[in-house]
Amino acid sequence: MTLAHLPALVVVVPLLAAPLVVLVRRAAAAWAIATAACAFSFAAAILLSAEVAAHGPMSYHLGNWPPPWGIEYRVDALSAFVLVLVSGIGTASALYAWRSAAAELSRDQLYLYYVMHCLCVAGLLGMTVTGDAFNLFVFMEIASLSSYVLIALGRDRRALLAAYQYLILGTIGATFYVIGVGLLYLATGTLNIADLAERLPQTASTRAVLAALAFITVGVSLKLALFPLHFWLPNAYAYAPSAVTALLAATATKVSVYVLLRFYFGVFGLRLVTETLPMAEILLVLSLIAIVTASLVALWQENLKRLFAYSSVAQIGYITLGVSMASPDGLTAAVVHLFNHGITKGALFLLLGGVALRAGGATMGSVQGLGRRMPLTSLAIVIAGLSLIGVPGTAGFVSKWYLVLGAIEAGRWWLAGFVVATSLIAVAYVWRFVEAAYLSEPGPATPGRGEAPAAMLAPALALAAACVFFGLQTSWTVGSARRAAELLLGGVP
Amino acid sequence: MSAAGLIAASLLVPAAGAAGIALAGRWPNLRESVTLVTAVTLLGCVLGLLPSVLDGGRPQLFVLEMLPGIALGFRVEPLGMLFALVASGLWIVNSVYSIGYMRGNDEEHQTRFYVCFALALAATMGIAFSANLLTLFLFYEMLTLVTWPLVTHHGDAEARAGGRTYLGVLLGTSILLLLPAMIATWSVAGTLEFLPGGLLRDAGLSNAALGGLLALYMFGIGKAALMPVHRWLPAAMVAPTPVSALLHAVAVVKAGVFTVVKVIVYVFGVETLAEVRAADWLPVVAGFTILAASVVALRSNNLKRRLAYSTVSQLSYVVLAAAVLVPISIAAAAFHIAAHALGKITLFFAAGAIYTAAHKTEVSQLDGIGRRMPWTMAAFTVGALSLIGIPPCVGFVSKWLMLQGVFAAELWSVAGVLLASTVLNAAYFLPIVYVAFFKAPNGELHGEAPLPMVIALTATAVGTVALFFLPELPLALARSVAGL
Repeated sequence: MTLAHLPALVVVVPLLAAPLVVLVRRAAAAWAIATAACAFSFAAAILLSAEVAAHGPMSYHLGNWPPPWGIEYRVDALSAFVLVLVSGIGTASALYAWRSAAAELSRDQLYLYYVMHCLCVAGLLGMTVTGDAFNLFVFMEIASLSSYVLIALGRDRRALLAAYQYLILGTIGATFYVIGVGLLYLATGTLNIADLAERLPQTASTRAVLAALAFITVGVSLKLALFPLHFWLPNAYAYAPSAVTALLAATATKVSVYVLLRFYFGVFGLRLVTETLPMAEILLVLSLIAIVTASLVALWQENLKRLFAYSSVAQIGYITLGVSMASPDGLTAAVVHLFNHGITKGALFLLLGGVALRAGGATMGSVQGLGRRMPLTSLAIVIAGLSLIGVPGTAGFVSKWYLVLGAIEAGRWWLAGFVVATSLIAVAYVWRFVEAAYLSEPGPATPGRGEAPAAMLAPALALAAACVFFGLQTSWTVGSARRAAELLLGGVP
Repeated sequence: MSAAGLIAASLLVPAAGAAGIALAGRWPNLRESVTLVTAVTLLGCVLGLLPSVLDGGRPQLFVLEMLPGIALGFRVEPLGMLFALVASGLWIVNSVYSIGYMRGNDEEHQTRFYVCFALALAATMGIAFSANLLTLFLFYEMLTLVTWPLVTHHGDAEARAGGRTYLGVLLGTSILLLLPAMIATWSVAGTLEFLPGGLLRDAGLSNAALGGLLALYMFGIGKAALMPVHRWLPAAMVAPTPVSALLHAVAVVKAGVFTVVKVIVYVFGVETLAEVRAADWLPVVAGFTILAASVVALRSNNLKRRLAYSTVSQLSYVVLAAAVLVPISIAAAAFHIAAHALGKITLFFAAGAIYTAAHKTEVSQLDGIGRRMPWTMAAFTVGALSLIGIPPCVGFVSKWLMLQGVFAAELWSVAGVLLASTVLNAAYFLPIVYVAFFKAPNGELHGEAPLPMVIALTATAVGTVALFFLPELPLALARSVAGL
């Protein structure tokens, strides 16, 4: 009985936690409520994932209104997988904020932080679970508005500018998306995603549909920071509070990729996306440029948060590269990398937050000799870095395996070569950290001996351990991604 | 203990030893005891597996499924047994030597050194016992990563540069070439398990595709140091000498040629390659590497650099022997893994002893050093004779097997390469022996290096000779690899 309501509860609980936090106001209680709400969603997401794997997709009708008239929440292999990632990272980030946000924010702002955290997680979960294109827009706005606030809460004054940049571009993105949805409604008269997919092939106004595809592509690409629409991302990640950077880097862009996948394969269909319009080629070229340029830019960053922010742009390029292959292996790579990169970047930003807390900033200067001062943190950063490179035994390797396999199966040897060659740039920027931390003497900016507080270190180490765990135990991640890929490719003729 | 338990123990013992060493870091004597106990226990585990392998058994251990259809699993076959025996046996000797060297030179960060060493041995055991390519690749990359702190041990600019070359070439080749080769193999064959006869035998690849894939493997296995991917090996010489001795003469480089032989025998299959002639280019590359590296060694004044290029050249002996593609030459390749290990570790031990006792690193400084360090230079002479291939040293046995293979395959040009390189080996080793014993000593007075080092290098020198007279065990394993 409760299980049947979980698709709604997974979103509603963190959503309702937000006003509750406003009412209690006290920082400790606010933290407890936010963490409990996220943890509830995490548990619910895991249950849903198991349920979907056992019994197939679930459909939940809000207020018992049947679709396409009412809003439908739909959990299938893909959305359950993303739900686990978002709620898991949301929980880790909330746990981490107990000490991290307390150190970075003033006391009277703390409850606001947790309000926004709950809203952001609820928005992202809602985007994932909803089966309604307009409801998706509403959740997108909830997630976006709360993330603007979260970024603006950063201690550095430049956080305001970064939040403002993101606000402008994010709003344009959301507007483009809703224009696209409006055009689809015009052409078909429905907003339900499954219904849209059924009615689109029969619609007469193909031009409106093509325009909708273009608008939605650009809008969602802005949110997922596809090159060249990524300019908001490095500043937002660099100046946001540490817990927020980890949350956004691991989830926000990933959910946007999920939306792109849903619309490309679940609504418009392979024929429209790849044959009528050359979206696969466009996505491929942009992904290649994103990977190369962002990796090279990352190589020259002194601020480590910026370094890994640029690395995120490059890694998103690998995800969209997998999408552009539109093959079972390519989509498996994209979906599994969405998760693997999420936990890897989540771990990295949480760990860097610990360094920033102890050193007053995470720059190349402040990590000199870090191996001796914060040995656990340094080792965990190296492990997450290896996952970023894609060394076997880490989560990143699994993604790379399917990406290269997809390229080889398609007979594109040059693309396989490109993927492995560009991962060497990741070796270079990860090894800049390794050399600084282990081969340099501690400098004036290096923190003294001692790790970050346990409340911050524990979730960070847990995610770093997850990078290794999901590198060796892949049956759940690859299994889910493979089912999701089959679903996406099989769903629409 | 069951066979599967012994396999697990072979990996877990050194890993647990690493943890123990880290915990005992504050008490050097306890820490070194942990290293020695771990090394002896590891050899015990490996020896425990030996009888069943000699009887034709193939002990297995399946751990988990790493990717759908590809296991993280282990299966002990003769070649892996041979490699594991050599590495774990020499680790004991090398640990004794390390104690003398690290203390004699007042090296810093000794705990980190011993921890990484133990982890490197764990990775080596993983490579030796791996049941499929992915497992092998996992431990292959792990070996590169855990030996990086050993290469950059001194932490100065030179170590940093050496470490970059080391990591750049080894990770670069494995990610750029070996990984795509492996994924392509999976794509066409649907399995990565090492199969007798070769897993690509029935994959129906064209000759050109087989040749291209073989090239990806051969240059992707950077640890085998085929030219032009050999540069990491001389760069690794910035490491303390015990690292050069066990890792860059035995574990790491042998992991490379071990993988080469494994790929030729169990991935492609000797008969398949011989039939379609997809490997015809390989003897040329290996032969060139043998001769070119020998010439570089001849021109190197730095002793460790000369030894490093000698290693590059000797590794290609293994590749060359494997590329001759007749059973007896495959046995020669396998046997040479053991033979070269003993000879070369003796030479490195001697070089480190000279550095510790006399602080000399260049060949031109060695006049008369044999009179002050007779044990060391006697051992050096034995090692040198073994690498040249002169009886009564074990190197002669592998050269003998190689020549048998060459005659069987009627590859006269390969015989010419072997002959020329023998002359070159003599030309770069014998002058050292000559000046050490027959020229007048100069400079300050000094004696032998600390006792543990002398014990270690004497032990390996004795082993080099002993294996000439008693080659049955390694020979039996090597012949069994070739199905003889």
